Amino acid sequence: MSSINDPIKGARLTRRRFVQGVAMGGAFAGLGLGSSALAAVMKQQGPETLRGTDFNLTIGEQAVNFTGAPRIGTTVNGSLPAPILRWREGDTVTLRVTNLLRETSSIHWHGIILPSAMDGVPDIATGFKGIKPGETFTYRFPVTQSGTYWYHSHSGFQEQTGLYGSIIIDPREPEPFTYDRDYVVMLSDWTDEDPTNVYAKLKKLSHYYNFNERTHADLMKDIKEKGLAATWNDRKMWNQMRMSQRDLSDVTGYTYTFLTNGQTPVEGWTGLFRKGEKVRLRFINGSAMTFFDVRIPGLKMTVVAADGQTIEPVSVDEFRMGVAETYDVIVEPKDDTAYTIFAQDIARSGYARGTLTPDPSLTATIPEMDPVPNLGHDDMGMNMMNHAGHDMSGMDHSQHQMPDGELMPGMQMAGDMDMSGMQMAADMDMGGMQMTSTPAAKPAMKPNPSDFTAGSVHHAPTEYGPHVDMRADAPQYRLDDPGVGLRNNGRRVLTYADLKNLRTTHDHRDPDREIELHLTGNMGRYMWSVNGVKHSDAEPLRWKLGERLRITFVNDTMMNHPMHLHGMWSDLETGDNNYLPRKHTVIVQPGSRISYRVTVDAEGGWAYHCHLLYHMLGMFRTVVVS
Amino acid sequence: MMKKILAALMAIGLSNPVFAGGADDPLVYQVMIDKLEIRGTDGSNPLVLEADAWVGYDLNKFWFKTEVERVDGETEEAEVQFLYSRAIAPFWDLQVGWRRDIKPDPKRDFLALGFKGLAPYLFEVDAGIFIGESGQIGARLDAEYEYMFTQKLILSPEVEMNLYSKDDEAVGIGSGLSDMELGLRLRYEIRREFAPYIGVNWTGKFGQSADFARDEGEDTSDVQIVAGIRAWF
Repeated sequence: MSSINDPIKGARLTRRRFVQGVAMGGAFAGLGLGSSALAAVMKQQGPETLRGTDFNLTIGEQAVNFTGAPRIGTTVNGSLPAPILRWREGDTVTLRVTNLLRETSSIHWHGIILPSAMDGVPDIATGFKGIKPGETFTYRFPVTQSGTYWYHSHSGFQEQTGLYGSIIIDPREPEPFTYDRDYVVMLSDWTDEDPTNVYAKLKKLSHYYNFNERTHADLMKDIKEKGLAATWNDRKMWNQMRMSQRDLSDVTGYTYTFLTNGQTPVEGWTGLFRKGEKVRLRFINGSAMTFFDVRIPGLKMTVVAADGQTIEPVSVDEFRMGVAETYDVIVEPKDDTAYTIFAQDIARSGYARGTLTPDPSLTATIPEMDPVPNLGHDDMGMNMMNHAGHDMSGMDHSQHQMPDGELMPGMQMAGDMDMSGMQMAADMDMGGMQMTSTPAAKPAMKPNPSDFTAGSVHHAPTEYGPHVDMRADAPQYRLDDPGVGLRNNGRRVLTYADLKNLRTTHDHRDPDREIELHLTGNMGRYMWSVNGVKHSDAEPLRWKLGERLRITFVNDTMMNHPMHLHGMWSDLETGDNNYLPRKHTVIVQPGSRISYRVTVDAEGGWAYHCHLLYHMLGMFRTVVVS
Repeated sequence: MMKKILAALMAIGLSNPVFAGGADDPLVYQVMIDKLEIRGTDGSNPLVLEADAWVGYDLNKFWFKTEVERVDGETEEAEVQFLYSRAIAPFWDLQVGWRRDIKPDPKRDFLALGFKGLAPYLFEVDAGIFIGESGQIGARLDAEYEYMFTQKLILSPEVEMNLYSKDDEAVGIGSGLSDMELGLRLRYEIRREFAPYIGVNWTGKFGQSADFARDEGEDTSDVQIVAGIRAWF
């Protein structure tokens, strides 16, 4: 018992300090003081950093106040977000996690490659039943990677109430880029509501939180601009299908306060720099439900890592972060001015914000949010007669996503594909067989067997019924599509087609087999599933240790789903199979398809799911590797 | 007889393995006061309640529906329905159970069989067939649309009609199209859960039902200004 008593004392001490800090912030906000005054007052912004190989983490409850109303948050060592953990590649870390909640808890180390037993998913990770109230669980595992990751509860809705924190792993070898300052920018969403109520409200009225539906004014504007007939035709299919073109996010700024390192938009998080310095920003989307579109007006961002893994640097104005994704960017402010880190939610219902400034007294203007976008016919995965009038066809996509000149084989493939989609599939199988029978002495550069054309799609019988309201008939690969709300916005927006691993693909084998998984749901009933089967009714996916898989997702819904595979990397097919970027979380755009490869090199039970908290209960699979 | 059927239906519903909800499918309930309104007429102003409640899971629920009209402190019309509701299509629920018309006297019982859901073009539809003990067969169609002037100001046209296979003079029902109601209500959602509204409501009786009404000295059609609240939790 004594081992449990100590953390309680610790929690009590930190609670007082924490509540004071929050109360102070609230008071200043109430007085209407600007963010600069606050920044000057607050000595330490965001959670503290814990370093080393030995960590004691205590999960508890604390009074917090983000909106003016006190609420109970779920904290680690009295902190929300949880402390930043700083590890070193090659070390073995020991983390003693004590649960002082009245319910079972757990911590999952998101994106970390480790043994199943240490993965922290109750009843799926090998031998792990969760951390019962009052108990301590000791995680111990070698750190075999470097970069920016995060950790969070995998129990109930504890992630929504605050149990999430950042992980930074310093590399053994120097990184292929330099910087003078290093900041974590953890984005998240906070609600004063009990998450159980949020979920129940979504079940009762799925658009409960959507206050950006199209209204009379939009209709009149459309009729004036396009005429009555065109307006009718535009909306006809949506109305027939009983779908909303504004179904962008299930839970919005109506209830959410969007946080940057635990700071509200009113407070604003502040990072300091000296002009001419290179600043590394480690963006982590630790939200329960929110996709963020991130930009820093006035600064180009060089993206150097995605999901912790270094990529070929790409300079952009803006990028979209699915829930649980991370991006490391480097910015080089050349002037002595302040810049706003602006992260608007995908539904344009609110934003998280921070400030990069050489002087805490300087403030930067906060940009207006972009207009609320409409989902397009492409997002429905429909093979429209008037498709040509919209974006681009599948062929155009595959050509666009190839950087000029570099990937002629890929281009050729895409060109051939039109005529011989079937033949290609056959060729690929043969290639796979060859590879497995021939021991690969060294990874040779090879043409790209990725098939980015939209072949016919087959829907399982389980996808038909009251639990599924839509199926994509012609899902396209849309790697170079920045996504709804970011198309043609005049800014250079990162797309998955930009992601190219800095190192050659880890596993050059062609896939042994391909698995197609359909993301399904019924928005109105608020039911989510994979292939029309929810997790509690589904058999585990059984994968063979050592095999190389190609997994293709087809999104049969109108929402973006960030799909997260535990324990193994997702080598995303972005155009050049010699440099597949490794991700742990992959956005599957509405009505689209996307493919990645997985080397099945981790034995045991693993979770595989949509990382939207209120989707994942159903849109989830257990993976068993043996 | 109806009670036995209802009990049997409930037993089937509860014993259904699908009824065991997992974490993704918790037991949820909703109480919806769709209309609680005063209707302005030449004479006494009736107070009308239309409400429903359900409890259950994603695909299987129990529903309760009621419609009550009170005039001068007297309940003139009162109807309740107890239904087992099962999702049968992405946008449609099949609802079966028991309907009892408590007022006017004498009471009437029906076996209820209905479809409730969202039709293409976003019409909310509740359509039912009712089989009475004396071989009376009734049919009802209720359709509603929501036009959003703004995110919170919503215009809602609605039509409801009742048809019967036989005359039932004791309760003023004639065969064929018996009565119809057309409503147009403008509500302002202060919160999602609470909206005051104003509107206009037209009611009409037809055929033999109209004759029965005339015999009672009642109007066969009426246009009323209505004011009320819509609330749910």
